[in-house]
Amino acid sequence: MNNIEELKSELNQTFQDADLSFSYKFGNNVIEVNKDVVIPLLQHFKSTGRFDLLMSVTAVDYPDRDKRFDVVYELFSSRDVKRVRLKTQLAEGETVPTAQFVWKAADWFEREIFDMFGIRFDGHPNMRRILCHHQFVGHPLRKDYQADHQQHCTEALPIHFDNPRDGSEYIEDPNKDLTPLNIGPSHPATHGTLRVMVELDGETVNRANVELGYLHRCFEKMAETHPYNQVIPYTDRLNYCSAPMNNIGYCKAVEKILGVEIPPKAQAIRIVLAELSRIIDHIVCLGASAVDLGALTGFFHLFTYREKVYTLFEKLCGARLTVSMTRIGGMANDPPEGWFDDVLQFCKEMRKGIDELELLLSGNKIWIQRTKGVGAISAEEAIEWGYTGPCLRAAGVNLDLRKADPYYGYDQLDFDVPVGTNGDVYDRYLVRVAEMKESVKIIEQVSKNIPGGDYTIRDKGIVLPEKKDVYGNIEGLMNHFMLVIKGLRPPKGEIYDATEAANGELGFYLVSDNSGNPYRLKVRPPCFAIYQSFPEQITGGLVADVIAILGSMNLIAGELDR
Amino acid sequence: MSDSAAKFADRQLTEDTRSFAFTTQIDKLVAWGRKNSLWPMPYGTACCGIEMMSVMGPKYDLARFGAEVVRFSPRQADLLLVAGTITEKMAPIIVRIYEQMLEPKYVLSMGACASSGGFYRAYHVLQGVDKVIPVDCYVPGCPPTPEAVLDGVMVIQKMIQDGAPRPWKDNWKPGEYR
Repeated sequence: MNNIEELKSELNQTFQDADLSFSYKFGNNVIEVNKDVVIPLLQHFKSTGRFDLLMSVTAVDYPDRDKRFDVVYELFSSRDVKRVRLKTQLAEGETVPTAQFVWKAADWFEREIFDMFGIRFDGHPNMRRILCHHQFVGHPLRKDYQADHQQHCTEALPIHFDNPRDGSEYIEDPNKDLTPLNIGPSHPATHGTLRVMVELDGETVNRANVELGYLHRCFEKMAETHPYNQVIPYTDRLNYCSAPMNNIGYCKAVEKILGVEIPPKAQAIRIVLAELSRIIDHIVCLGASAVDLGALTGFFHLFTYREKVYTLFEKLCGARLTVSMTRIGGMANDPPEGWFDDVLQFCKEMRKGIDELELLLSGNKIWIQRTKGVGAISAEEAIEWGYTGPCLRAAGVNLDLRKADPYYGYDQLDFDVPVGTNGDVYDRYLVRVAEMKESVKIIEQVSKNIPGGDYTIRDKGIVLPEKKDVYGNIEGLMNHFMLVIKGLRPPKGEIYDATEAANGELGFYLVSDNSGNPYRLKVRPPCFAIYQSFPEQITGGLVADVIAILGSMNLIAGELDR
Repeated sequence: MSDSAAKFADRQLTEDTRSFAFTTQIDKLVAWGRKNSLWPMPYGTACCGIEMMSVMGPKYDLARFGAEVVRFSPRQADLLLVAGTITEKMAPIIVRIYEQMLEPKYVLSMGACASSGGFYRAYHVLQGVDKVIPVDCYVPGCPPTPEAVLDGVMVIQKMIQDGAPRPWKDNWKPGEYR
């Protein structure tokens, strides 16, 4: 992954006057730049095609520094799977030009930074709060904002629309002949807490807007106030349809900054957990979106299999939905005897279930007519918006981190990455069904060959000793005491690490200051980037298609709003 | 009609009706009907909403308790199932939903977040939905198991049957933040 030298020689030629500083730390390429050079650099990367995806934009607050804020851009190249991080420093009150005219994907990420840190982006047409409610005062992710200081909201915002991208002011419906329509945040087809506002001309959507933040549970602030291992239960509740995947993503990032590798057995268990979660995540997505389009049977049928996975999780750790099974350094405990046989048995049943689902939907005339050609997006557009996961693959881009940047031995396994062609709702459905089949294949391969050995590393500075040692000998007791009192302390530095979650790239940007809590933990949720294209996607279409597209994006509010 | 003839007719009537009718109080009859035909409005906002799907799903099947008619319109529902974290931004909306429900109405708060804010002691999370609407039954868990939710529904059924007094609801005022 180390191409920093290459980048250095290239950029030093193009940007001779700019003061760029290059570094390579914890497997990440970092370029620190002056704030005036940010946009030209981003433009350069995009036009040369060196980096084509803007993964996330975020900020970090260092109140003791002269220039208080870091604004951080995370770029990714889908061609050669390389990453680079751009960092620039800003003082209080300073602004930086918006990047949303380079990448549309920057839009919401910049609004989030404004909401959380109060940093303004010049030229952004909608510099408004995005997650916190409109009566909120202050910027919660600043270090001087108290984590538990609540502010009460007394009224909901009426229907409103964004300013257009070209910077002009929003104009109210001039002839007053359009119908405003509000969907959500409590609506059965929004699966959670999404709010969609549209202006209808007959049945055609003339203008659309979304509001989010109804489930903003302050994950990032909570992570800053809890020790590393106690953050794991919070990660469960990001994408709660596939909770173990978030655990794995977070633990992988922390393990990477610690520089430890987990034992092969832990890796195998994590793969099985991740793929089981991928299956049940797709079950909820497909089942629920079919319900929205009128096919109730699929949901009840598929939920039987979800219950079976719950039973497996329950056997493994006692919890059904939010398992918190991983620990930094491995797993919490060994699976019970015969668990992998149960998993293999489930795989057999699941194969049958998927076939039945295909019989129900794939050739169903109504289903095809409601989904084919609806919400189609081209590969270029999808990349522009920062799509990842099944939605991007449905548009025809073969990008799956399990293949492209393998971890935990995914490269040793035999599986395919299903890719669609049109990027419409039907293709997304097909990709998800095919992915479920591939996941079953992966689980079977791994479960038949579980490596022996320990389920966790035994580094006493990272992992708590087993209970029998804590109560059985003085050394175990002392190690336990030291780790609880001192906490797990990763080295000073920062890291961005990503895994392929059910929805796409789930990235964690972790800043450590060598204390017991993360200094800053930013999640890059896949559906946040996907959802920002939604208003543009539904404009001009029928209002009935709004529901079809919404269901196919698989928006999980916990992950979207954090 | 003579006295003895009237007595005989009464006895005859009582014996006849035993075969096709029973006597009760009207309140009890109404309570019995209400208890066994709760129409829930699922207000699933977060993880508990997924677990609530299991409660409705084939394995646990809330329909066995007479509560299978899930209504997404508050005007047609009499049991509000608050499943998941209620944030400050959501608070005014849930109050409005509650106000739109018709009497008699009941609220079940599912899970730690809805009951107390859970482990989100955070700047944007309402510390329990009972701060803004009256709650009849709290189901603990994060998320609670479907069995626990069924138990909660049974508690509410019992309240309806017994006609238990509900001061928390009688004293509730809309727009108040407790």
